Amino acid sequence: MSREETAASLHAVPASREISPKLLEALVCPLTKGPLEYRPEAQELVSRNASLAYPIRDGLPIMLPSEARKLDV
Amino acid sequence: MSPAPSLFDPALRRLRRDRAAQSLREADFLLAEVSERLAERLEDVLRGFPRVAILGAWDGTPARILAGRFGIESLIQVESSPLMAARAAEFGPVVVADEEAPPLAEGSFDLILAPLTLHAVNDLPGALTQIRRALKPDGLFLGAMLAGESLHNLRSAFAEAEIQTAGGLSPRVAPFADLRSLGGLLQRAGFALPAADLDRIEASYREPLRLLRDLKAMGESNPLRERRKAFLRRDTLLRALEILALDPPLKIRFDVAFLTGWAPHESQQKPLKPGSAQFRLAEALKTPELPLNDEPEPL
Repeated sequence: MSREETAASLHAVPASREISPKLLEALVCPLTKGPLEYRPEAQELVSRNASLAYPIRDGLPIMLPSEARKLDV
Repeated sequence: MSPAPSLFDPALRRLRRDRAAQSLREADFLLAEVSERLAERLEDVLRGFPRVAILGAWDGTPARILAGRFGIESLIQVESSPLMAARAAEFGPVVVADEEAPPLAEGSFDLILAPLTLHAVNDLPGALTQIRRALKPDGLFLGAMLAGESLHNLRSAFAEAEIQTAGGLSPRVAPFADLRSLGGLLQRAGFALPAADLDRIEASYREPLRLLRDLKAMGESNPLRERRKAFLRRDTLLRALEILALDPPLKIRFDVAFLTGWAPHESQQKPLKPGSAQFRLAEALKTPELPLNDEPEPL
């Protein structure tokens, strides 16, 4: 592995914590059943319809409205 | 429409499962047995299920038993307890969500399983409808839940003890659904070819306290909202344990209802429309056809 690659991988989200596109495709907001937007840098799944951002902790999407961050509308 | 009565406390149920995440392995006989029986039922279905969701991942036990079989290509586990979910992650992707409101996209799954999950949800018809929607046409739902007379002697021992020591009753064991009503619920939720049947699983205990420990280790301690109003008194608990110890060994019954339903698809068998018959019944039976007497008979 070259020096550049090592540096890049340090900043990337660890592969095991990435939400796979296939998983994302099968998931919706539990409240609205609307689509979710994956924000890897914030480790959040955003439901625009519900104005909620569900956190991803240690690679686990926490899709509980009580744990979600309220988005400003 | 009025909201469904809120018998169970989802946050409390999550907490119970969080606490049970470590101990489940010591008392997973029921979950393992039920998961095996779900697998047996899948063996009888002559097709594969590429995309599968498990509602109620527990510590990953159901996924461990099912993975790599039945043509499963991708498996999503849904679990309300973050600590259970962290363990289940070893056996495939997990999302933390209430099993009652699964975050599953419409028409996405060939098979949805609910291993010992749905007996503690507030809105069972609503949960079943959401499951049916998440299935592809001709997708299969297979669930197992405590029902019928599960834990009946535990319930009556607590009732008797509480009357004797506290002079009243509070709910200590959750009510379980009646098998006959479950078939109807599946139909109302829009499932084709609905079926509900009961498997009886028995366990025997030399020590009644061990049963309570096992239930706790399974995360199945009382999840009822009402329990908060009346904490269990020590003398009530001791009296209940005495009653349960009267006739050793203590035989405990788990009535597990297995629910089956298919998302509707045109290839499925259905009854024909009334009046669409092409042959006379009388011909098939080789009997003369008698005219109907349309006059109502006097009572």
